[in-house]
Formats: sequence, structure tokens, C-alpha cells
Amino acid sequence: MFKGVFKEQAVQVGIGFVFVIVLLGTFVLPEWMSNNFMYGLSRGLAVLGLMILWRTNLVSFGHALYYGVGAYSVAIAQKYLGVTDIFLRVVIAIIAAGLLGYVLGFILRKYREIFFAMLSLAFSMVLYGLLAKAEFLGSTDGMSISPSTLFGLEIGRFGLFYFIGLIVIISLIFAHCYLRSSLGHLTTAISDNEIRVEYLGYSVQKAIHIKYIISACLAGGAGGLMAASLGQVDPDSMVLWSVSGELVFVTIMAGLGNILAPFIGAIFFEFIRTYAYEFAPQAWQMIIGGTLLAIIFFLPGGLWSLFEKINPFKKEKK
Amino acid sequence: MQFLTTVLFDGLIYASYLFIVSLGLTITFGVMKILNVAHGGFFAWGAYLASISIIYLGDNEYNSYFYYFAIFFSAIIVGLFFGYIIERFILRKMYNEDIHLIVLATFGLFWILEDLILHVFGVDPLMPYYPAMELGGIEIAGIFQGVYSLTLAALAIIVAFICWYFLKKTKWGKLLQSVIFDREVSVSMGINVTNVYLITFIIGGMLGALGGAYIAPTISVSPGFAIDVVVMSFAVVVIGGMGSVPGALIGSLIVGLVRAFAVHQAPILELFIIYAIMAIVLILKPEGLFAPPKPRKI
Amino acid sequence: MPSNVILKTTNLQKSFSGIIAAEDINISVSEGEIIGIIGANGAGKTVFVNMITGYLKPTSGKIEFDNKDITGIEPRNATHIGVCRSFQVSQVFMTMTVKQNLMVAMSLAKKSGYQLLNPIDDDKLSKECDKILKQYNIFKQKDLVVSTLSQGMRKLLDIAMAVVGNPKVLLLDEPTSGVSVEEKFGIMDIVISALKQSGTTVLFVEHDMEIVERYVDRVMAFYQGQIICDAPPKQALKDKKVIQYVLG
Repeated sequence: MFKGVFKEQAVQVGIGFVFVIVLLGTFVLPEWMSNNFMYGLSRGLAVLGLMILWRTNLVSFGHALYYGVGAYSVAIAQKYLGVTDIFLRVVIAIIAAGLLGYVLGFILRKYREIFFAMLSLAFSMVLYGLLAKAEFLGSTDGMSISPSTLFGLEIGRFGLFYFIGLIVIISLIFAHCYLRSSLGHLTTAISDNEIRVEYLGYSVQKAIHIKYIISACLAGGAGGLMAASLGQVDPDSMVLWSVSGELVFVTIMAGLGNILAPFIGAIFFEFIRTYAYEFAPQAWQMIIGGTLLAIIFFLPGGLWSLFEKINPFKKEKK
Repeated sequence: MQFLTTVLFDGLIYASYLFIVSLGLTITFGVMKILNVAHGGFFAWGAYLASISIIYLGDNEYNSYFYYFAIFFSAIIVGLFFGYIIERFILRKMYNEDIHLIVLATFGLFWILEDLILHVFGVDPLMPYYPAMELGGIEIAGIFQGVYSLTLAALAIIVAFICWYFLKKTKWGKLLQSVIFDREVSVSMGINVTNVYLITFIIGGMLGALGGAYIAPTISVSPGFAIDVVVMSFAVVVIGGMGSVPGALIGSLIVGLVRAFAVHQAPILELFIIYAIMAIVLILKPEGLFAPPKPRKI
Repeated sequence: MPSNVILKTTNLQKSFSGIIAAEDINISVSEGEIIGIIGANGAGKTVFVNMITGYLKPTSGKIEFDNKDITGIEPRNATHIGVCRSFQVSQVFMTMTVKQNLMVAMSLAKKSGYQLLNPIDDDKLSKECDKILKQYNIFKQKDLVVSTLSQGMRKLLDIAMAVVGNPKVLLLDEPTSGVSVEEKFGIMDIVISALKQSGTTVLFVEHDMEIVERYVDRVMAFYQGQIICDAPPKQALKDKKVIQYVLG
């Protein structure tokens, strides 16, 4: 499955990009800027998950469910098991989200289009409802997360940044291999003609289920990393429908053309958010709304399509 | 017993204004196949416009009848103005696009409408209590109930009746049902679907705005208050069936009563239970409890 | 001609809420035969094809393939064991190129399980695809997106996708419908000669009697859900019932 992956242009560019970001973030840039890069890389994982689903024409309006599960599983693991190791945290986040994705996937894989979207939203709001009232999990105040460690030593902000970079690189490799595989291609074919895929010999529902689990794992990883970065989890910033909405917004803004696009889009979004809060705190929603409409109308391929126009070397579409 | 009556009345009143709001949403979906997230914007704008009108009228001691005039007028203006602009300049260009993009566009519009309120009306809450205060309250079945809220229930019934009559008994209603069933066939039959879409969207918007305008006297109108209702009306439309008017009625009743029960009995469950019901309905009968029959395409 | 019975149905019936779409369907097809299925619209031909390939589950009756009971299996399993079909309205991937369409079909036919996680761009499969594309005369269009092709080309692609797995039995649902008169015979010549070469058993639904006469060993005529005649073409096309209910 992974044969020859490092020779592929998309992967090389991706790894290079992450290296540059991490180096810039740790040595060159001021803290607020590198924070944005850090958050962008983390949330970018969730956007990558959404992008992969979108290739089958499935849009989840409730992906904050897995994002939140990832984040909260880190909080719960710390509170009840004393886990602070960053590696363990991410693994727990991914597994928790993946398990939930596996279970809910049995239901969701039967639905398409608006029903898939609405059902995902409903599930995420069910979790929100539970978390918002759960006293032992902090209700709407949430819980705080202590700094992450590795082998018992605190890794600090830089260490966390490197770790995030590592996880992103691993995810890029996985995503690329999945998308170039027969399974990846046939899930795109599914959005084109489901009946034909069934008749060619593969269970459409199974293919969608697998893709859904992958997407959930990515979002869970994002949540776990964000929990570690922010030091705090709460329902309003991690599970609410507006969080799902923002993730979908970034997906469109970034474009579906390349595995790197989600990360570029997510980082860009963090910067927009910082500037918007600073200069126009009461127009934040208007800015997002306006940008969303502008992209839908004028740049449907997202930022990536802009990037492709400027740089003629990037001819690979993966 | 008193508890049940309270829940019943609370639920029915909440259901009433949910119905008026959801009706707009479900009609838009039924005819145009679009889930209009910006509907919440109509609701909010209707409430705000009615609020400042009522406060102005009340402060200057106009005759009470003007309040109601202001409410309906606000709804009509909001529906016409925003409905026209949105359909004509944005939605109309998108009918061939991916359904998700259309929904997201309405999402964007919702965000814009919400922030516009901040700039036009400011951030302070408005409390246009005059109409409600004037009608006072009466005692029914052992509990004290505001009369104004009861008129809301009456309004919902009137709206429901008008809707039923229009769809089933008039020529226009039949035309609409044809468009709902199949857009292309309707076009080939000579129906001006473009205008039907525009008018439907405007009326849907007016209904959303009416819900907001009429409820304003009983609450504190402040930024962000629309979100709760938007999400609830989504649940109503999904539960009742997207595009179904009786569905909106039943859905509103279910959501209104369940919510009232949860609020009084088990507040912890309030949010969770509505979404759980929505999820269950989506799983068991995705088209909703009262979905209109879908044509077989192949 | 080998007389091994490859496909057999016994008392097959399908009804939808009390309305009988097909009943008393008893057929027996030998390996290598080419069968023409004729009948007016709504006579039950497509229902028949849908049942054999698993899209519809029979209300009662049995379907046997190579002496194995395949009644009620899923379409994807029918494909795996060697019963494939093409569609009345070409079911192809409109947004992909001709070659990509066939590569997806080929991957699913030749790989399974974890192998599907390997890259789809596989030299060996690619060469096999090219071979089939040439056989069906659509090699020149291999890098064109399907939505830009004519109906005839799409039909050919549709059939090519159905044969990548070397099925034993192939059901073609109106292979020449929607195709221009000039293209009809050309297509059937290509398809039938390719299939005869591989010894595939073919059943195809067709309205054009010229085509039926030219290519089939046997004709099955449908009327109101039942088979009213099952005989070689010369005989069938003169049969009184066929003339009244199908040709008339």
C-alpha cells in the first residue's frame, strides 16, 4: 500500500511544507503567529477528513462530533487515568473517535446528500446536549488540560509543535496512499454512479463505512492535538454546530484538489480569525459569511485552485 | 395536574410560533429543494424590526391596534426585501449547483444577516413588551397564562388553515404542488417556475419573519437569540418531513411539547432529547413522518 | 455446441404489492448460447434481467448458475461468481475518462481485500485494459471524459466494463437502444464477435428484430410477465403468439 510513496510529488511537497512551517514556527516567528500555525496544522487534520469524505460527495455537517470526542477523550484520560503523554493522548483521541465512527458509520453509510449531512449534525448536537449538561465533565465551562509530556518530561510548546508536524506528515502519507489506491478511486466513482460500483463487485456501503472511519479518526486526532495545544476543552468551542460549520467552511475555502490544501486553508483561517477579532470583532460572522459566498461564487475550487494557477509545476491532482 | 397544564400550555405556545417559523422553512424546501439556513435571519430581522416599531409606538402612546399592524408590516417588509435580494441575486444563480454548496451559501447569508443586525440595531437587548402587557393574563385550568401568547396560538391555527385552503382548494395551490413534484415537468407545462420560486421564497421569508415579529413582545430580543429557534425549526422540519405542511404542524407539536416537558421536568435532557428524536426520525424514516411521496425516477 | 446448462430458472415469479411483473419463468440456457429476449415495453424483460443479476429479489422460484443456487444474491456477488450485465441506460462514470472507467472495473475484478489499498495505476492492469479498449474499438477515446462521448460509445464502454471479469454469463439490456441506426450493427458486430471468442453465454434484450435474427441462437419472447415462446429465431419470429403480442 505504501510502496514508492516518498517518490510522489504531492507527498514530497507536503512533507517539505510541514518542515518549513514547523521550523518557521519554532525559530523565526512571534508566538501569536506560530500559535496560528500550530492550530492550523491541527485543525487541518479534521479538514483533511472532511475533504476525503467530500470526494464521495458526502458532506458532514456534524464533524465536530469526532473533533470533540478526540478533545474530550484527552481530557477524560487525564482526569481519570492521569495520562499526559502526548503520544498516548493522540492515540487515545484517534481510537476513541474511530470507534465512535465505526459504530455510527453503520447507520450513516445508508444515507446520502442532505440526509447524511443532517443526520451527522443531529448526532453531533446530541453529544453537545450531553456534554453541555454533564457536570462531571465541566458542563459548558469544560475542563482544562495540563501540558503534555513525553517519557515523563514536559515537551513544551516547541515539542508539541514538532509532534503535531509529525502527526500531520504521517496523516499526509496515509491520505495520499488511500486516495491513490483502488479503494480511494472507487469511492470517488461511488459519487458518480453507485449502482455501477455495486455491479462491478464492491459493496458501496462498506466502502463508505471505511472512508467514514478514516475521516472520524482524522477529526479525532485534530481534536486531541487541539486539546493539548489550547490546554482547554469545552462544548461550545469543540462540539457545537458552529464548529462543524467552520470546519466545512475551511474545507470549501481550501479546495478539494490536494491533500495539502486543508492545512493551508486551516492556517489561513486562523490568521483571518486573528485579524478579524482584532480589527472588526463585531463583523466576524459577516466576514466569514461574505468570504464563504465569495468563494462559492468566484473561486469554487478554493484557495488551492488559486495556488495551482500561480504555480504551473504542481500538475499532479491528488 | 397543574404541572401537566403548565407543560401543555407552554408546549402549545412554543409549538405555535415554531410552526409559523418552520412552515416557511418547509415550504422553501418543498418547492425549491433548498434547506435555507438563512431562514433564521428572517426570523431575527422580523423580531428586531417589529421590536423597534412597537417600542416607538408604545413610547409615543399610539393606539394598540398599531402594534399588530407593525408586527405584520415588519414581517412583510423583511420577507419582501431580503427574500427578493437573496433569491434574485444569489440563489437564482445557484440552482444547478451541488445541494451542499447551496445550503452553505445560505449558511453564509445567515452569518451576514446576523452581523448586520449588530450594526443596524446595536447590541443592546430590546424588550417590546407593550402588546403583551396590555392584554394581560387570565387564569385557565388553574394556571396563569398571558393572553397575548394565546393569540399566538390562534394565529398559528389561522396560518395553518390559510395554508391548507391555499394548497388544496385554489388553482395556485395545485400549480405549486406540480412544481413541488417535478420542476422540469412543470416548466414544460408552461408554468413560470422562476416566479414561483421567487414568490415561494419571499412568502417563506415572511412567515419566518412573522414568527419572530409576533414572539418579540414576549421575550428579550438580543443578538444571537435566533439560533435556538433556527436549530429547533430544523428539527421540526426533519421530524415532520421536509416539504410537508401537516408535517410542520405535527413536528412543531412534538418538539414544542417535548421541550416544554423537558424544561420543566428534566432540564438536563432539554437539548439532548430534541436532537435524539431528530436522529431517530432520520434513521427510521429519513423523509420525515409526513413526507410527500417522491416520484420514481427510473 | 456444448450442452452444459449454465443458467436455469425454475418457476420464477416477481410481484410488486400484488401486481405480477413476471411469473412462470422457466428457462434453461446452455454454455455458449446467444439468446435474444424480446417483448413489448413492460412485458417483464428488464425485471427478468434484474432478478438474475440480483437487483430484484424474486417473490418465488429458483435461479441456478452452473448448478449453484444463486436466488436472491446481491449484484456484487453475482458479478463475482461470473454473472454480469450491461444497462439499458449506460451506467458509466460520467466524470471520469474511458480508461479510468475501465481501470476501476478492472481493479475490482482482479483485486480484493487488502490488494484494493494498492495504487490503482498498475502497469499490468493498464495493459489489460488497453487490450479490451482496442477490442471494443474505443481505444482512441481512452483519455476522453465519458460525458463528452456519444451514446454508442458509452454503450460500448458499459459493455466493456461488464466483461473485464471474464464472466461466464453476460446479460445485455437493450445494447443498441439510444444508439443511432448507423452505429447499431457496428456495435453488435464488435460485441458479439468479442464475446463469441471468449465463449461467453449471452442473453440480450432487444427490440430490433433484424439484430435479433442476425445474432442469436434462440429467442425468448415475453408478454405480460410470461414467456410465450422459446425457440430458434426462424421459428419464433413466425410464431402466431409472437406476431400478435410482440411484433404487431
